[in-house]
Amino acid sequence: MAHIHHYDAVIVGAGGAGLMAALESGKRVRTAVVSKLYPTRSHTGAAQGGMCAALANVEDDSWEWHAFDTVKGSDFLADQDAVDVMCKEAVDSVLQLERMGLPFNRTPEGKIDQRRFGGHTRNHGEAPVKRACYAADRTGHMILQTLYQQCNKFGVEFYNEFFVLDLIMGDDVCSGIIAYEIATGELHVFHAKSVLFATGGYGKMFKITSNAHTLTGDGPGVVYRKGLPLEDMEFFQFHPTGLYRLGILLSEAARGEGAILRNADGERFMERYAPTIKDLAPRDMVSRAEFFEIKEGRGAGPDKDYILLDLTDVDPEVVETKLPDITEFARTYLGVDPLKEGVPIVPTAHYAMGGIPTNVDAEVLRDHTGAIVPGFYAAGECACVSVHGANRLGTNSLLDIVVFGRRGGVAMAEYASTNPLPDIPDDVHVHTEEWLRSLTEGESEESPHEIHTILQDEMMDKASVLRTEESLLDVLETIGKLRERYGRARVKDRSKVFNTELVEHIELGYLIDMAEALVVSARARTESRGGHYREDHQLREDDHWLKHSFISKAATGETVLNYKDVTLGRYEPVERKY
Amino acid sequence: MDVQLSVLKYNPETDKEPHFEDFTVEADPMERLLDCLHKIKWQHDSGLALRRSCAHGICGSDAMVINGVNMLACKVLVKDLKQPIRVEPIRGLPVLRDLIVDMEPFFAGYLAVKPWLITDDRQHDPERERIQSPEERERFDDTTKCILCAACTTSCPIFWADKEYVGPAAIVNAHRFIFDSRDDGGAERLEILSSRSGVFKCRTAFNCTAACPRGIKVTQAIQEVKRAALFDSL
Ligand SMILES: Cc1cc2nc3c(=O)[nH]c(=O)nc-3n(C[C@H](O)[C@H](O)[C@H](O)COP(=O)(O)OP(=O)(O)OC[C@H]3O[C@@H](n4cnc5c(N)ncnc54)[C@H](O)[C@@H]3O)c2cc1C
Repeated sequence: MAHIHHYDAVIVGAGGAGLMAALESGKRVRTAVVSKLYPTRSHTGAAQGGMCAALANVEDDSWEWHAFDTVKGSDFLADQDAVDVMCKEAVDSVLQLERMGLPFNRTPEGKIDQRRFGGHTRNHGEAPVKRACYAADRTGHMILQTLYQQCNKFGVEFYNEFFVLDLIMGDDVCSGIIAYEIATGELHVFHAKSVLFATGGYGKMFKITSNAHTLTGDGPGVVYRKGLPLEDMEFFQFHPTGLYRLGILLSEAARGEGAILRNADGERFMERYAPTIKDLAPRDMVSRAEFFEIKEGRGAGPDKDYILLDLTDVDPEVVETKLPDITEFARTYLGVDPLKEGVPIVPTAHYAMGGIPTNVDAEVLRDHTGAIVPGFYAAGECACVSVHGANRLGTNSLLDIVVFGRRGGVAMAEYASTNPLPDIPDDVHVHTEEWLRSLTEGESEESPHEIHTILQDEMMDKASVLRTEESLLDVLETIGKLRERYGRARVKDRSKVFNTELVEHIELGYLIDMAEALVVSARARTESRGGHYREDHQLREDDHWLKHSFISKAATGETVLNYKDVTLGRYEPVERKY
Repeated sequence: MDVQLSVLKYNPETDKEPHFEDFTVEADPMERLLDCLHKIKWQHDSGLALRRSCAHGICGSDAMVINGVNMLACKVLVKDLKQPIRVEPIRGLPVLRDLIVDMEPFFAGYLAVKPWLITDDRQHDPERERIQSPEERERFDDTTKCILCAACTTSCPIFWADKEYVGPAAIVNAHRFIFDSRDDGGAERLEILSSRSGVFKCRTAFNCTAACPRGIKVTQAIQEVKRAALFDSL
């Protein structure tokens, strides 16, 4: 049995990307948002630092400079046509959010204030520039709240705590989704002309991460299981400043305001790695530098296994007023007062550059030739346009979700208003029903928690900031074994009402898929670029690797890799120095 | 160290009444209560139902009554809690299972105050932002911090007794707009809040302020809204 709903457009996910799409689509066609969390619980709310746009409110700036920084930051893997679209539309996007009521911090003249952020520079790398628009260190929170407010104002329909499990595809055209209502255990078929996935990231495959428990790659997981490709999965960003042991993020805004990274000797080691912009170098470089410092015995603490983020020279007033949340994190979770002492930090798994391949209208690509899946869209962190290439710059993701959420919402609505509702079979949900039944039938000694822990430990050790053929092969074997064990595991709780064990169980399955896609793509790429660093292939090799990976899974279970050339433009690849 | 917990459990499919169950887990004093609840779920009682997501006090999923006080389970450390730690669902909303309550009445209260910017867009130049001074921005800064976790509303004795009352969180969100210099909807909202279900139900018990995990001065915000409603001092 399943409930059937008919819509023009259905959006999966209610973070910044999903809500932005819903606003645009909802104005044009009948739209529903289906989300496993209440919208305001989405992880967009955790974003702290800011959203970039060349408003030039505080310093000279231009969208071309922003585009250059984005391309260079991406280690030249971003598609330059897509980057142009994003950086050009950034200014309007910020203004649009302001008009919706977003409470940005203001300059003395009352304009939107801007601050520095890693990798953003004036005039092609001359010096750091103030480009990040922000609302204290709660920028993501304010974006999420503001978009949710607007969705309510315009009466967008929400299905909250509905867990999406499958995409309905007939004749290679997308025609809806299947969701599990967590409160009741019932299945719902959302029959629709267009579907947009905005399910966020999948950092929970790593032990140390800034990501929420619920960021498990469900959207890309569903796509991968349909035999469709995922793009650039080897590129995962590690943010240099996660709280020691916990991974909770301390925003780059701290360094933007003048905080400094120090090793055990108190040395400002970034001066050695990036002489020009030092602590504000792109994240992949800083995270690597931290790993090297620790590896070479210069880590701080009794086990020499962390770095110190030193805020003691930043004006205490600035710390309290512009960085209140992160100050509180350090105090609450580590008992450390950043005004008085260095905060122990380590690189933390932060952002998935890879994901569901799309073009600039958020249309999902069927393969590496650029053909699309009619009616199917993706935006936000679960998608790969690609504007971030091998390494995303700080503040470019909040921008990405707003720009491509909006473009996706417009495009899916246009598609829905010019195409008929495809037919779907009456028993379209039966496959899902049987799958769920199989998970809750019989007994098993396998512990999904143990499987998850091993996955996280191994991915952190062998497939994070530093990688080699050996480490990747090793973790790939582990993933294979974990997959088998997972296949045997069963859900013990047999309740219909809020069976969160079942939800977590399915999420773990997606994480295993994401880990596999990441590791296989990473093994194949025998070069180092952006967030993907191979100790056994330390150089970037443009002759061979200036291309996006497309991984998919054949019906037989084998992974298949294809490649698509990067779209270049104004900027020729050069060595990335800061 | 061993940590003892006593958790209120209720599964509508099998239980007539909510009842406490005791658990002992191994945890570090610096771990969060949420970590302990996960240990229960992942090692002892897989069915334990709770909401959580970000695990660092931003998403607002895991408000609970912890040793009698409303808190986020991810924002309180084991070392700061007396044992056995009593964990119950937040009060005043129907319990659906274990620590999960029905949030719909809470969000209905929130929506009742029109929590969105009300403004005549045509008066503004779409090519640029509206000007707002840092002082004007500061006026409502505190109430922008709300994460809709319901810790305040479900700590309010008036809310427990009177289901019509929109509750502190809704008023906080009204405040966020009423005192925003860009908003023109103050009068509309104050009319709603002056009604039977509105702001004058508040008897300044201060529970809400104590409960807010974001440190919002909730009672003060309510008082400011009351004053605005009385004197129309916008
Ligand atoms: C701590 C932190 C700080 C950050 N700071 C910044 C910053 O300062 N600037 C910046 O630009 N970027 C920042 N980022 C990155 C940025 O916040 C995220 O990339 C972005 O918010 C992702 O938005 P999203 O809409 O794609 O996904 P999310 O906001 O993660 O939303 C995902 C949505 O999908 C839903 N969902 C997932 N799976 C399912 C399913 N199976 N069924 C139904 N619904 C589902 C969830 O319910 C949720 O609503 C930060 C990230 C983190 C973790």
